[in-house]
Amino acid sequence: MTTPTVSRTADGLMPAPIRAAYMTLLLFMALSGFGQMPIFKRYYIADIPGLGWLAQFYVTHFIHYVGAALLLGVAAYYLTRYLVAERSRRRLSLYGAIQGVMMVTIVATGVLRVIKNYEGYYLSSGLIVFLDILHLAAVMGFLLVGAWGLTSRKRWTRIR
Amino acid sequence: MSNTISRRSFLKSGILAAGTLAAGESAARAAGAPARNQHLATMIDITRCIGCGACVEACREANSPKFPNPQKPFPRMYPDRVKVSDWSDKQDVDDRLTPYNWLFIQSATVEVDGEETELTIPRRCMHCTNPPCVKLCPWGASRQYQNGISRIDTDMCLGGSKCKAVCPWDIPQRQTGDGLYLDLLPSLAGNGIMNKCDRCYDRVAMGEQPACIEACPEEVQTIGPRPEIVAQAHARAREIGGYVYGENENGGTNTLYVSPVPFETLNAAIEKGPGRPHLGPAADRMAEANNLGAALLIAPLAGAATALGRFLKAARKAGSGEHPLSDT
Repeated sequence: MTTPTVSRTADGLMPAPIRAAYMTLLLFMALSGFGQMPIFKRYYIADIPGLGWLAQFYVTHFIHYVGAALLLGVAAYYLTRYLVAERSRRRLSLYGAIQGVMMVTIVATGVLRVIKNYEGYYLSSGLIVFLDILHLAAVMGFLLVGAWGLTSRKRWTRIR
Repeated sequence: MSNTISRRSFLKSGILAAGTLAAGESAARAAGAPARNQHLATMIDITRCIGCGACVEACREANSPKFPNPQKPFPRMYPDRVKVSDWSDKQDVDDRLTPYNWLFIQSATVEVDGEETELTIPRRCMHCTNPPCVKLCPWGASRQYQNGISRIDTDMCLGGSKCKAVCPWDIPQRQTGDGLYLDLLPSLAGNGIMNKCDRCYDRVAMGEQPACIEACPEEVQTIGPRPEIVAQAHARAREIGGYVYGENENGGTNTLYVSPVPFETLNAAIEKGPGRPHLGPAADRMAEANNLGAALLIAPLAGAATALGRFLKAARKAGSGEHPLSDT
């Protein structure tokens, strides 16, 4: 008789290597995202050896796009997996719901900003400012709630 | 060639632009490739320019109400590396771009048909078809109208100068001590307002011509729908055995120069530096990230497909008691 394997992800946790990669991805997304503002050079952060790229807007822009593609892939993977394999046994926790709303906001505003960057797409100035602030606020919320979740060992899902 | 050739289509585009402004630049409009066909472009025929400076004066006169009005003393900014950019006491400078001079005449001494000739070149914002200054402004202070004009909204601008950093020609110029940053965190964020040619967007919206075009006694500039202007630029270049600049630079601009000598020659002969843009190659920098658009579409599909594939594979092993999608 085979003993059922304990799934760490079924327990609401990513395997350690995946988790490390995910955290690294979030770090680069945050750095390249904040790098869209002219702050890293002003505050000497880009002077730190190895961080000069943070002051190069086209580099941070490119990295943010690459990171966004990876993040979308990871998000779609875990969302699909939850829907097809885990939903019957686990439900979204309050922490997961809050982070989920933040992530959806980040993705939705990010996608609109990507579309805006193509030639021939005109957004009103007010809408651009709204998207910028919402994107930034959602990222800040996601990072702050995420930091709290990390220290409190919160998980996105819980057993029904 | 006259700058009135395309006056009818220019007026039509101007009225269209006026409607757009009145409608508050309605929300997102997907246009794709046809968009640049609706842009108004200008052709600058360098062979006709005599460097009289009438365009520079007209630009200044028409746009002076938009010029910065800084409050002094400027707030102390931190850290110390943040430099004040103050042109308020040098408003008369007209041999380079400044916050108070959005158009200047660049000159180059080159050989044309075996004769040493001084060419004069009106320089200002190129009004790119996909302007990085607009698309990459982190604050939405820079905008592009459907007629192709890009403009910095100085009521919104914080003066971070990113628009200048991402502009292939370093066109926008900063004036410290004016703008929204004064009401926010003047010591810690922002540094004034950025200024550049807005191609007289307000005059164009009223069906008028930009001041520099109207004032030119030599009809150096022609304005009209981009496809017409591109065709005219090439026709003029063929006529004089010349060259075109601006059609494809940075992915395409709405300012096309026609020169009797190659632009490499011209670029080597002009004085370049702060406020004095080059005439060299300019790669399409927006395309670098925009080419990743497909990856942004494919990535979530790949993620979902991977999860489904793993689920189906694991489900086939369900008899073994292993939970589908177990990672360990």
